[in-house]
Amino acid sequence: MKLISYILLLAFGILLIFATSELPSRGHPENPINRDTSIAGTPGAAAHYIRNAEKETATPNMVTAILADYRGYDTLGETTVIFCAGIVVFLILRKQKDGSKI
Amino acid sequence: MIWQIELIIYILLVASAVLALRVKDLLASVVVLSVYSFGSAFLFAVLGAVDVGFTEAVVGAGITGVLFLAALYHTTRKSKD
Amino acid sequence: MVQKSNSIIVALVSRFMVPFIQLFAMYVIAHGHYSPGGGFQGGALLGASILLLRLTVGEQPSNLVFHTRYGTQMSGFGVFIYAAVGVAAMIGGGLYLDYANLPIAGIEPAKLRSLGILFVEIGVGIGVMATMIAIFDDLARGHFHD
Repeated sequence: MKLISYILLLAFGILLIFATSELPSRGHPENPINRDTSIAGTPGAAAHYIRNAEKETATPNMVTAILADYRGYDTLGETTVIFCAGIVVFLILRKQKDGSKI
Repeated sequence: MIWQIELIIYILLVASAVLALRVKDLLASVVVLSVYSFGSAFLFAVLGAVDVGFTEAVVGAGITGVLFLAALYHTTRKSKD
Repeated sequence: MVQKSNSIIVALVSRFMVPFIQLFAMYVIAHGHYSPGGGFQGGALLGASILLLRLTVGEQPSNLVFHTRYGTQMSGFGVFIYAAVGVAAMIGGGLYLDYANLPIAGIEPAKLRSLGILFVEIGVGIGVMATMIAIFDDLARGHFHD
């Protein structure tokens, strides 16, 4: 049984490495994510951010500008998820001093 | 970027991941998991995603280790299997 | 429930290190416009500095820095700051979270968006710091005094 699991694991690893070899090379300007227009012909978002982010938000760090300004809802949801994690731990694990649950 | 450095980090990642599963002492397992997080943070930094690497170094290696440590107080230190 | 460290070296060195960690965390939050970093990373660093105090010098002295009872309140306050900045932009006449319409007079829209990003990062930092501390306190102590 152990041998079968190792063989499966090895096959899965080989499959992943084989799939990785077909990925586009990193940072190449002809990648779809880096092109000015997408495959369907619509204008791409990345080029707009690279051209206009510093001018529109007066923030040289483009990552911060995108995270907190252009994708503000995303970061709000992220913060809410962290807050919810804290609330869930509070509700499940915290006990009062006399031992009674809240 | 430099494939020799990336190869060393990949070997370190696989070795620390296997070691974190195999080791019997759970406290040592938490420490090895922190090593794994630092390795992946360094890999992110080499790949150019410095923000993600920063987050991984702070959260994965700092906060997660402390939270696992706090969880260890509720259970035993030795792994059963 | 968590025992503090008995080593005098560990306690002294961590007490010496904590102000510098907190200073660096505030630098990461405030300088997120120009360098890698931001609210999440800085908040996690602030939380980690408090957790270091909790682990090394014990519960009572670290309560002087950040009391246990404030953990959950502060995490809610951080999320509230974020949402309030969005509502303030609505009051100024724009859409939700559109920082260019924040009701502050005399600043051009681009600078206003930069300012809005700073407010939001401060909110995220407070929320993340307090949530980390609250999770650790609930997990490690299991008792809630007063």
